Amino acid sequence: MGINLSFDMFMQHLINAVGLGSLYGLIAIGYTMVYGILRLINFAHGDIFMLGAYFVFFATVRYKLPWVLGVLTAVAGATVCGLLVDRIAYRPLRNAPRISALISAIGVSFFIENLSVVVFSGMPRPVVQPPLLMKAFSIGGVRLVPLAILVPAISFAMVAGLLWLVYRTKPGLAMRSISHDIETTRLMGVSVDRIIALTFALGSALAAVAGIMWALRYPRVEPFMGIVPGFKAFIAAVFGGIGSIPGAMLGGLSLGFVEIMSIAFFPRLSGYRDAFAFILLILILLVKPTGLMGEKLEDKI
Amino acid sequence: MSGPDGTSEKNIKTRDGILTAVAAALFAAALWWATKNLDGYKLRIINLIAINAILGLSLNLIYGMTGMFSLGHAGFMAIGAYVSALLILTPEQKTMMWILEPIAPWLLGLHTSFVVSLLAAGLIAAFFGWLVALPVLRLGGDYLGIATLGFSEIIRIFITNLTPITNGSLGLKGIPAHTDIWMSYGCLAVVLVCMVRLMKGNFGNVLRAVRDDEIAAQTMGIDTFRTRVLAFSLGCFGGGLGGALMGNLITTIDPKMFMITQTYNLLMIVVVGGLGSITGSIVGAVVVTTMLEWLRFVENPVSIGGIDIPGIPGMRMVIFSLLLIIVIIFRREGIMGMREFSWNWFFHERTPGKTVGGGPR
Repeated sequence: MGINLSFDMFMQHLINAVGLGSLYGLIAIGYTMVYGILRLINFAHGDIFMLGAYFVFFATVRYKLPWVLGVLTAVAGATVCGLLVDRIAYRPLRNAPRISALISAIGVSFFIENLSVVVFSGMPRPVVQPPLLMKAFSIGGVRLVPLAILVPAISFAMVAGLLWLVYRTKPGLAMRSISHDIETTRLMGVSVDRIIALTFALGSALAAVAGIMWALRYPRVEPFMGIVPGFKAFIAAVFGGIGSIPGAMLGGLSLGFVEIMSIAFFPRLSGYRDAFAFILLILILLVKPTGLMGEKLEDKI
Repeated sequence: MSGPDGTSEKNIKTRDGILTAVAAALFAAALWWATKNLDGYKLRIINLIAINAILGLSLNLIYGMTGMFSLGHAGFMAIGAYVSALLILTPEQKTMMWILEPIAPWLLGLHTSFVVSLLAAGLIAAFFGWLVALPVLRLGGDYLGIATLGFSEIIRIFITNLTPITNGSLGLKGIPAHTDIWMSYGCLAVVLVCMVRLMKGNFGNVLRAVRDDEIAAQTMGIDTFRTRVLAFSLGCFGGGLGGALMGNLITTIDPKMFMITQTYNLLMIVVVGGLGSITGSIVGAVVVTTMLEWLRFVENPVSIGGIDIPGIPGMRMVIFSLLLIIVIIFRREGIMGMREFSWNWFFHERTPGKTVGGGPR
């Protein structure tokens, strides 16, 4: 134990932190968009992330599809699953008390996990990493694989695309409008259910992309792999300010940084790694409940 | 009150008292019969029903009665189970069990009777509940759910890592099987009487006021924060007690037992039974516990008319979670809604819509 990290070591950890953090951020965006619109914690979001990873595993390992095609089918599959979750478990409860929708969300998450155990078997499966992404090279004293660059690059590109969609297009305008006042938006002639479905689709697609990259970084898939990253991503969303897309990304990066660095500096605490996020959550809720970039959300009375 | 009205009300009270006593005696006789005639597996399920009822009631006090959406019950169960186990394991057992790291010296000689360990389990869980409540209950709604869930995970992570105290991920084995039918149903009876008294009295009204309209309750001069902290701590006491009983029934505990799944099961009991209904939690415990056991059949191979259908491992929880979704979408109020059992059911028309608080049981 001690603080004797060299600069190269620090850079190595920093790159790791950015990689992990941008994955948290990608998942967090799905939480933040759904919460911003429906005030609902979509517990099943972490499981959509898991499904994305599984789909790409089956597409490329079992059915031998080329990677690009495999990724596309996996994202499409996970998006459809996200839409089904909204249609079956959330839409019937739009006018119910919010707590009911929350319980339904927990039920759906539980259902997807257990169904995956039945369908995919509970055994973890190894994922084959494409050799091209794993060929190590070094810059200065820092050893890198292309994957470590690719993960944040793809994540930031997707966030940029999403921001364009939300702030520069009509459906994006409708989304932002729903998050302010759902009833007025309906009166303006916007098909609210379709916009909500679009939100779920976008969030699920991003989660699937994150799941695929996660499966490449930590090369295995298992049915419960979505739970812990899911919770952490939700915490990232709260930390960054729920409802804000840049906030979600910022929260994810902060969380990745805290996790990687605290273990780098205090290796003895590595057993407590998963507790950091929750401690961070409780701290931010006490100090600044709106998060870093959030606006004040009124509780609907 | 005077006249025929007063006397009839008094008569009904006496009648209900007698009926309750008779029902309790009959139930005790049935339990006695069960201990003599049923096999170990069935007795274990009967025990589990009582423990789940205690846990369900305590979660219902937090969630159904006071309206605090807590997802942290598994953590408080874990505290209770570990406290009780550490207090009743003998020093010899402890030295044998801690292989990875030696046990903390102060803990080695600590040894009490089972009943004391149960009380300690409840009290320490309540203490942690109080500690958690002070910061977390300032949050509302969904944030509260996530924060309590976070705390329950933190508790589990600490239990996994504090090896000198908890034996880490290896868990504790060979806990004496102190939980028998009389112990678990005795505890349930005590919890039940306390809950009914509590909810019938003024404290029950205060809780309902805080749940239904916090601002109105504040205007009436209720210190809503203190009320919620108190209710939360009481619920955690029940969680700790239930966890301790569970540990002594199963005789081995480890951190993996107290994952979020455990909280989901309790949530299912409370939701299926009816949020805010004491009777509902009991009914929910019976239904959910027996259903979880009964559903094991889908995981066993069966043969119908000579055709063998292989069992599907894991199918049980798929059906279970599907049922949770179906209940919440199609019958949100659960089996009992907010109604309570009352002997009047057998004498008059049912009194629909009567809110919490009525009824002996």
